[in-house]
Amino acid sequence: MMNLFPKTHIDFLKYRKVYFSLFAAVLVAGVICFFTKGFNMGIDFTGGTMVQVQFNAPVEMSQVREALSATGANSELQSYGNNAFSISEKSTEQEVGVVQARIEKALDALNVPYTVQQTNSVGPAVGESMTERALWAILLSLVFIIIYVAFRFSNILWGISGVVALFHDLWVMALAFSITGREIDLVVVAAFLTVAGFSINDTIVIFDRMRENIRLHPKMDAAELINTSINETLSRTVITTVTVLFALFVLYFLGGEVINSFAFAMLIGCISGVYSTIALTTPLVYTWTHGQLVADDTNRPATQHNVETFVNEQNRKNNKRNRRNRR
Amino acid sequence: MSNKLAVKWGIIIAILLGSLYLIYPNYKWYSKPLSERETLDTLGERPKRMLNLGLDLRGGSSLLLELEVAKLSGKEPLNEAMARAIEIIRNRIDQYGVAETSITKQGDKWILVQLPGVSNPQRAEELIGKTAMLEFRIVKNDTTEAQKAFEKLETMEKPFDENGNLVPEVAKLVPAGSQILRNKDGGYSLVTDKATVTGADLENARVVMMSDNGYPAVSFTFNAEGAKKFGQLTGANLNRQLAIVLDNTIQSAPVVQSRITKEGQITGSFTPEEARALAIVLKAGALPAPVKVIEKKTIGPTLGEDSIKSGLSASALALVLILLFMMIYYKAAGFIADIALLLNFVLTVAIMSYFSATLTLPGIAGMILSLAMAIDANVLIIERMREEKRAGRPVYEIINLGYDKAWSAIFDSNITTIIVGACLLQFGTGPVKGFAVTLIIGLLVSLFTAVFVTRAIYELILTSNTKEISL
Repeated sequence: MMNLFPKTHIDFLKYRKVYFSLFAAVLVAGVICFFTKGFNMGIDFTGGTMVQVQFNAPVEMSQVREALSATGANSELQSYGNNAFSISEKSTEQEVGVVQARIEKALDALNVPYTVQQTNSVGPAVGESMTERALWAILLSLVFIIIYVAFRFSNILWGISGVVALFHDLWVMALAFSITGREIDLVVVAAFLTVAGFSINDTIVIFDRMRENIRLHPKMDAAELINTSINETLSRTVITTVTVLFALFVLYFLGGEVINSFAFAMLIGCISGVYSTIALTTPLVYTWTHGQLVADDTNRPATQHNVETFVNEQNRKNNKRNRRNRR
Repeated sequence: MSNKLAVKWGIIIAILLGSLYLIYPNYKWYSKPLSERETLDTLGERPKRMLNLGLDLRGGSSLLLELEVAKLSGKEPLNEAMARAIEIIRNRIDQYGVAETSITKQGDKWILVQLPGVSNPQRAEELIGKTAMLEFRIVKNDTTEAQKAFEKLETMEKPFDENGNLVPEVAKLVPAGSQILRNKDGGYSLVTDKATVTGADLENARVVMMSDNGYPAVSFTFNAEGAKKFGQLTGANLNRQLAIVLDNTIQSAPVVQSRITKEGQITGSFTPEEARALAIVLKAGALPAPVKVIEKKTIGPTLGEDSIKSGLSASALALVLILLFMMIYYKAAGFIADIALLLNFVLTVAIMSYFSATLTLPGIAGMILSLAMAIDANVLIIERMREEKRAGRPVYEIINLGYDKAWSAIFDSNITTIIVGACLLQFGTGPVKGFAVTLIIGLLVSLFTAVFVTRAIYELILTSNTKEISL
């Protein structure tokens, strides 16, 4: 059996004050960054026009910039190598297509033949609605996650802790995009959503182990129980994360420009997701429940008697299966 | 083999064969050269149940239109007006001859028109943009009030406001029961404000060449009701000018020589292209209100091809790396998980083909997430089996306990993610929706492949009295 992880006994909860301080630091850094640096929102959200052109002969970036500045508009120029450029302009122009015509006219002045490879003109109303709907979707999913987790794990605090971790991951990704100034477009939003799904998946796996351990060791101290659960699932956590990171690194380096920002967002989010499950979700559950993992003592699902029933149940099932398999 | 296991394998094999059957048309279609596909497309011989590529992957353009609700006639509810507008736009675009156009309603008053393979949608835009409100009105230029109004108009720079209404100074000069409209060739005319005969009374419209100057014109014929009304109108107004009004502009105003019932002609210095477009829109009918383009995207065919090529090859490499890693780290168990993963991919593509779903880049992202979760399900199971193996249990117990204990985690995490997907499906627009659809399909499939299928494989192995499985 190839095993990278011998049985570990790490006390994850011990450092929870460090995690919480780090979380606070990330929150503060986020607020500062979001207000001072802001986001480079793509025109899908702000409204505006993007034109991507491919020149058929060598053209310097400075030439293109000069030609564009003649129009007097405030446009952003980006080179894609190989004489390909993307010109974007955020505007609140109601009329779609006006800006595109102006940009093309400016480029005509260079007297170098080119083909328009891609254009995107978004009216301001569309951008607004897009943002609004995306935010609603995220908000609604968070609420439903809390409800479902609370229902399945019989404690609403577990659900809220999971969502805090989810929020942390989205926050970290937003921070990464704010710092690097990478553009947030619809593909990046898809990456945010993917990370949300992935992060909650990690949380559920550890919660599931905690639920099981509560049933098996009803007398176990909460801190020990949480630590045991994290340690027991650590191998799975690392293997799954490494597998996904593998795939993401390949996409990041070889996937082409559109996939690149998707992979970047996913890389940040996945790393943050694993961290937050171990360093935020479970410590929060521990802190908020004051070491009382099950909501109400009288409803405690696992007494010693219940554990025996559970084990007996398992044995009975297995015997039945064994008999069947031997047949 | 027990009966139950035989049934399990029967189900698995049936589903696999069904999937391959559903995927086959995709293979057959996409292995044809592009030119042949295009010809078949225009002939409408494209297979129906097939996976379509989104505009971001194959190139094309999309237009988002907004129906100007303020200009709707008050009687028609918005829903009906939208349905009618979509129907009319579809009729117009169909004439234009683009294969696989999709025209869908977005939100309350938006219409999304997608034109695959069209990288310059200008002509389509012109076709859609025309309201095509055709009316026949009587010209009343020869009154003194009309002359006064025209004199005032000549002194004005902007006699019409943004909504196309006359500014108050001029409006008060216009006599009751009439209206001032622009002539196509310049100047204005005073016409009756009610039209008894409109484009709705037409039966057909086509382009004809005028015999005297060779200019194209549009000739139209009335339906029975229209012919009766037009006969009354022309009969009562002999020797007066009849204004042919299109979208509030007077195209021409010929003098009525005799009573006309059956057909007429719209002249004006049209280019052949304009005349063809006019005939198309007249035949398709008028939009309930004008539409305006609020979003326009075009993606050239080469760009689509490039992004699909680099994206596909990177994804394939990533997949191979994952498969290898699982096999090296988890040995036989990893290999079984790999089989399930490939099957997951095949089933997802088959289901998407069955529903003729459209694959976009965000859709691929959704697929990646569902594949990652399918791997995770197997990692969970195998890690549990390892725990049981360490406890020194016999092989059948290892397998049974591994599945039993991992099941609740797999179930809960999949359901939670499906909940997220459902919210996105409900609220998301275009690209977000594409992500949600592939994610939900992929997750449902993974519950089947990663749990049901792998377990069936283990149970099959157990029938041969295997004492140990490497994991």
